[in-house]
Amino acid sequence: MNTAKQCKWLFALPLLVFVSVASADWSALNMREGVTEISRQVYGLHMIMLGVCVVIGIFVFGTMIVSMLMHRKSLGVVPATFHDSTAIEIGWTLAPIVILVILAVPATTTLNAMYDASDSDIDIEVRGLQWKWQYTYLNDDPAKEISFISSLLTPEEEIYNRAPKREHYLLDVDNELVIPINKRVRFLITSADVIHAWWVPDFAVKKDAIPGFIHEAWTVVEQTGIYRGNCAELCGKDHGFMPIVVRAVEEAEYNDWVVEKQAEAASVFEIVGKQWSEEELMAEGEKVYSQTCAVCHQPNGQGLPPAFPALAGQGLSIGPLDAHVDVVLNGKPGSAMQAFSSQLNAAQLAAVITYERNSWGNKGESIQPKKIHEMIGGQ
Amino acid sequence: MSEQKNKANRTAIKLLSVACGMFVFGFALVPLYDVICDVTGLNGKTSGKTSGAAYLQGQAIQEQLVRDQEEPGFDDDRQVTIQFLASNNASMPWEFRPASRTLKVQPGKLNMTTFYARNIASMTITAQAVPSVTPSRAARYLHKTECFCFEQQRLASGESLDMPLRFIIDRDLPEDITTITLSYTLYDITQPVNDELAAYQGYKF
Amino acid sequence: MSAVIEVHHHDDHHHGPAKGLMRWVFTTNHKDIGTLYLWLSLSMFLLGGCFALVIRAELFQPGLQIIEPEFFNQMITLHGLVMVFGAVMPAFVGLANWLVPMMIGAPDMALPRMNNYSFWILPFAFAMLASTLLMDGGAPNFGWTFYAPLSTDQGPPSTTFFIFAVHLMGISSIMGSINIIVTILNLRAPGMTLMQMPLFVWTWLITAFLLIAVMPVLAGVVTMMLMDIHFGTAFFNAGGGGDPVLFQHVFWFFGHPEVYIMILPAFGVVSAIIPTFARKRLFGYPSMVYATASIAFLSFIVWAHHMFTVGIPIAGELYFMYATMLIAIPTGVKVFNWIATMWQGAMTFETPMLFAIAFVILFTIGGFSGLMLAIVPADFQYHDTYFVVAHFHYVLVPGSVFSIMAAVYYWLPKWTGNMYDETLGKTHFWLSFIGINVLFFPQHFVGLAGMPRRIPDYALQFADYNMMSSVGAFLFGFSQLLFVFIVIKCIKGGKKATDRVWEGAHGLEWTIPSPAPYHTFSTPPRLDRQEAHG
Repeated sequence: MNTAKQCKWLFALPLLVFVSVASADWSALNMREGVTEISRQVYGLHMIMLGVCVVIGIFVFGTMIVSMLMHRKSLGVVPATFHDSTAIEIGWTLAPIVILVILAVPATTTLNAMYDASDSDIDIEVRGLQWKWQYTYLNDDPAKEISFISSLLTPEEEIYNRAPKREHYLLDVDNELVIPINKRVRFLITSADVIHAWWVPDFAVKKDAIPGFIHEAWTVVEQTGIYRGNCAELCGKDHGFMPIVVRAVEEAEYNDWVVEKQAEAASVFEIVGKQWSEEELMAEGEKVYSQTCAVCHQPNGQGLPPAFPALAGQGLSIGPLDAHVDVVLNGKPGSAMQAFSSQLNAAQLAAVITYERNSWGNKGESIQPKKIHEMIGGQ
Repeated sequence: MSEQKNKANRTAIKLLSVACGMFVFGFALVPLYDVICDVTGLNGKTSGKTSGAAYLQGQAIQEQLVRDQEEPGFDDDRQVTIQFLASNNASMPWEFRPASRTLKVQPGKLNMTTFYARNIASMTITAQAVPSVTPSRAARYLHKTECFCFEQQRLASGESLDMPLRFIIDRDLPEDITTITLSYTLYDITQPVNDELAAYQGYKF
Repeated sequence: MSAVIEVHHHDDHHHGPAKGLMRWVFTTNHKDIGTLYLWLSLSMFLLGGCFALVIRAELFQPGLQIIEPEFFNQMITLHGLVMVFGAVMPAFVGLANWLVPMMIGAPDMALPRMNNYSFWILPFAFAMLASTLLMDGGAPNFGWTFYAPLSTDQGPPSTTFFIFAVHLMGISSIMGSINIIVTILNLRAPGMTLMQMPLFVWTWLITAFLLIAVMPVLAGVVTMMLMDIHFGTAFFNAGGGGDPVLFQHVFWFFGHPEVYIMILPAFGVVSAIIPTFARKRLFGYPSMVYATASIAFLSFIVWAHHMFTVGIPIAGELYFMYATMLIAIPTGVKVFNWIATMWQGAMTFETPMLFAIAFVILFTIGGFSGLMLAIVPADFQYHDTYFVVAHFHYVLVPGSVFSIMAAVYYWLPKWTGNMYDETLGKTHFWLSFIGINVLFFPQHFVGLAGMPRRIPDYALQFADYNMMSSVGAFLFGFSQLLFVFIVIKCIKGGKKATDRVWEGAHGLEWTIPSPAPYHTFSTPPRLDRQEAHG
């Protein structure tokens, strides 16, 4: 009697789970249908698979439940003695084969579509870095190429619960990737350090970014909007903090954005060339530091030794200027310190070096963007 | 009865040798994988100069040239776009870019381009360029006759270099591939090279 | 028959166990060693569980509350390693040590001295692994899959100790497997053919072959890592001519069979328990054996389905997709056979049976999500999300771990001579069953909604289900203390068990007294039809 009561519970439980699931906001908890032809096909595949699994599950678990209810010793049942049946066994070996072949057909079709190698309208190099993304819009004219770094915008205050979390907590970046709708965009994905994975669920695009190797993926977005994703391969400390944000816009708006970005790149010449005041350098430096350096060396300059050394009151930032500049520009082999000369412009580099030498009690000289510009032989 | 014990020991020794064999097999996977990559282009690796498949590549280039002479004008109007990417590994402080971003080339013809590199660091650095091709199935149709990635590149502080690349796209390139992307990533290998040098000198003197 | 054993430990033959601590250090008795393995496994299960609770506590709410991301990564790494190599594998080896000789009518394992070594390596290996937590730079922080170049270029100094610990675990597993195979092939009771062995013995025979085939490959891959880190080779460094993706190929060549190493013995356990409590012989014994063998074979040719997103050419993706889907067929056969065994039986639902039934249901759910993951285009969306976490935890926790618990409840009366407390056992089952589903079921949803795995903090839309998951984790975790209590209580005393223990039990282990004497089957038993399987 006792066991009977418990078994009723066993049946009630999936029902309970089902009810709680059905009453929840289901659309937010299923795979997203997305905004591309491919993502809708993938969604369709997912739903077919789910359906097939549910049907088989009802059949299999239903049989088990009937058996558990009817074939119990407490009901005075005498056990049967059969223990094989070739016909049945062949049957339930063949049935799954048929189901699998039927499932394999749409899966193969969709995969073929994903590997289509037609010409693209826009090629973007996506480069994973610890822990941000670098996007470069390839162009035959090097002067017209747009390249920028996209990193997490969510402030530390929100992450450490000192400030309320806003809507796009952990899914917001400083520079979004902007693409036009209804154009075929090809992503050339690689990495500078460890393996990352570039994933935007709404496009059904996920590709590992592997250092030394290039892989491609493509998409044609059909609706304007902002689409968010994450890095999907463990890549060290801040793996959870390198989101991807893509803004899909009308073609005209995209063209305007490109012109604006190209003008911005051109104006860097001007910015770099001028004489900067100490205050300007410190202000810009603080901005760059908190965006680029603080994840490892911490906002208070204390670092996270031994992997990430402190900058406050010790080490390079109070040592000779040349050595400091050298490490910031060229990185430190064998450590997580990257060569920032390829990520930041001369003004940002000069500002952040100045900032590091003059913060947290450090007292040192400043350096002008022009000087850095000469060192990196900018164009 | 001790026969049974011998039998048990024999089985144990056999199994132990299987285990040792599998350990060796684990290492054998490395060259095996390289060969598979070279032959099939899995992963988009292109052949290095010294690999076994370079010989096959040489053969392919020869055949290509012979065929060019025998049946000139073959598939004359087919054009393939080849796109070049250049990037640095994280701690590599060189300026590195292709002379041109894209080239339109004809399969079966020898092409040449260059990559520009300049060492902006304050010390001499030795670099190794690592090539990669996408779509990966195009890798085996890209034959390089000369490439800066065949050798290590060593630049003193401030020094710059135009590094040549000569290649032929195979005529057998599948029709649906119209764009090939060839990427090079520069790795700083100064440290290992110096270690080797030191070891060599230590041995000599 | 007994002569094989006599040579190895003639000193304690015909005697009971030695007294004191030294009994356990020098023991060559398969029952003692089995007990040691099971206690080690239980303590590692609790340790790995603590790591898991740290992870779930941090994920209770969005934001960073308890630990830093760096330490979070150390926790996920150690949780995975300790559970796989410390909890599940030693538990099955412990069960094999206790049961295989008793099931095939052998007096002991074939190589008792090696048996002792293979156990005593393990505590040192895990002490070394756990001590990395105290080292400068912390414990390994690159996940239990330790992908290069994260582990080779950026691993903490303790990576070297991790590598040696893995080597030791590998040596232990290989020695243990050799022992099991030699025992099964050479020491069966006269007249017991291979097709009359209990299914647990069959699944372990196949598992042992898998272990011998793939543990050396794991040893190889960590050796390559060691050489890359310390001796300047470049197996996995593209700059030196290597390839980081090669690491993944070699790792998963080990890793996929490893998954089956953790589930095949579980199939054996469930195939012993369901017929007992259904009071009906196992349905389709030969097809069970063939299905197990086919799963083992398939495990060698599907490894790259863990790597669908690394950029494999389409031909490769299709091959690995089809091959992976094939696994559903023998697995389905097994599930159908278990249900057919239950069908028209006369079932009772003691604790082992409850765990076994939960195994069949929940493992099948894990199998369903596995089938979904095999579909490459859909896998691009599932890969490295919580959907995958839910999938492999459904096969490993209510799969492997539930089967181990079922086995402990089932054979504990034979080992100790006392019945465990049935009411407490059932309470433990229901708490675990509810806990595990509240813990892992919501993870399917957050995974589909886009939450990546291995992240210490998450976007706000995942908050509700993560909180639910954490509640389930603590419920499940603390329920296991009840399990420890039940086991200790049963060892201390309780209702005396009969020799047969369970009404429907068959097999040689039930023909000997309860508790099983220190030495059994010194003279080989006669196998009658009643006790033979198959």
